Amino acid sequence: MNRPASPALPDRLPGDPAPPLLAGSGLRKSFGLTRALEDASLSLYPGEVVAVMGPSGSGKSTLLHCLAGVVRPDAGTIEYGGQDLVTASDPRLSALRRSEFGFLFQFGQLVPELSCLENVALPLRLGGWSRRRAERSAAEWLDRLDVGGLARKTPGECSGGQGQRVAVARALITGPRVVFADEPTGALDSLNGERVIRMLTEAARETGAAVVVVTHEARVAAYADREVVCRDGRTLDTGARG
Amino acid sequence: MSLGQTLLGLLETRPQHGYDLKRAYDERFAAARPLAYGQVYATLSRLLKNGLVEVEAVEPGAGPERKRYTVTDSGVTDVEAWLAAPEAPEPYLQNTLYTKVVLALLTGRSADGILDVQRAEHLRLMRELTRRKTDGDLSDQLICDHALFHLEADLRWLELTAARLNDLAGEVRGR
Repeated sequence: MNRPASPALPDRLPGDPAPPLLAGSGLRKSFGLTRALEDASLSLYPGEVVAVMGPSGSGKSTLLHCLAGVVRPDAGTIEYGGQDLVTASDPRLSALRRSEFGFLFQFGQLVPELSCLENVALPLRLGGWSRRRAERSAAEWLDRLDVGGLARKTPGECSGGQGQRVAVARALITGPRVVFADEPTGALDSLNGERVIRMLTEAARETGAAVVVVTHEARVAAYADREVVCRDGRTLDTGARG
Repeated sequence: MSLGQTLLGLLETRPQHGYDLKRAYDERFAAARPLAYGQVYATLSRLLKNGLVEVEAVEPGAGPERKRYTVTDSGVTDVEAWLAAPEAPEPYLQNTLYTKVVLALLTGRSADGILDVQRAEHLRLMRELTRRKTDGDLSDQLICDHALFHLEADLRWLELTAARLNDLAGEVRGR
């Protein structure tokens, strides 16, 4: 946890044999009688932004949760940095989520009782940073996302767009190698939504973090390097990088 | 876009030479391709003939004489009427994609494939416009947003059609 943001990683070039940072393959997952994933695969390369698109119920959020080690798939493989996440222990997954992954959801991720500054500093505090050092870093991140003036306010005093920018700061403050974003703009109007996705992708590219963003909005997906489409629990990777 | 009225509107801001007018147009409105000089002078000639502009001054130069144009009262009235009139919304009823999908279903080809290929192409263009928008000024943003919203509407249609392909296949083949 006590490591600075990762140095910027170059984009993968055509023909570059660099292995994927995270690779899920043949993933299957059912919840009771409902089959959420049938045969889903996704490879994520260092520093790239991938949008996962598809209609409601197509399995895109389940795919994200599997890749992030939040949900264990029934079948398939997930490799991250030479580790098999499907068979990894719960404490190991928990440590990975805390130190190497960042998370951004549609809403409800900020602790309402804490100030924005404390919310952003929280992942560092959980990693053992002193309060002073963690809050100094948090203040820098809030400034970077243009919400420095909200440091002492609570999430309830922020607008939806402001709250999401605070959440972006919190997702990136530990210098994660992968950020998982599940409909991060789903509760925002189009102007604020674009501002959030733009800030997320720009900040992630600056720090070298790869991003998997689940979205049903094409204009949000257009900020990614490529898209993977989910349909009926299966993935269709267009492979396009435009 | 009506070039005549656009040039009249630009002339209303101040009298200009044809060359300056072309530059002003390109700077503000030529998102994809600049205006040809021939188009500017042909349009000015028509506006002159119709009494919507007049030559305010002729300045001799090394080359041909430079005419400075100004808008007339009739020209201002013409611009006002054009600005006030609503543009006819595009009906969007001549849909090549719909034709392709129906033909694919009729001939036993993959309609899903057509929709998938088109989705990827739409998203590729959306990424390109998003990059341009991100690097550009407010004018670029608004021009790109106009295109992005239309492409997004197309994509929604693609998704809806993909979800209804089985029904459509039944209807098409049943006829």
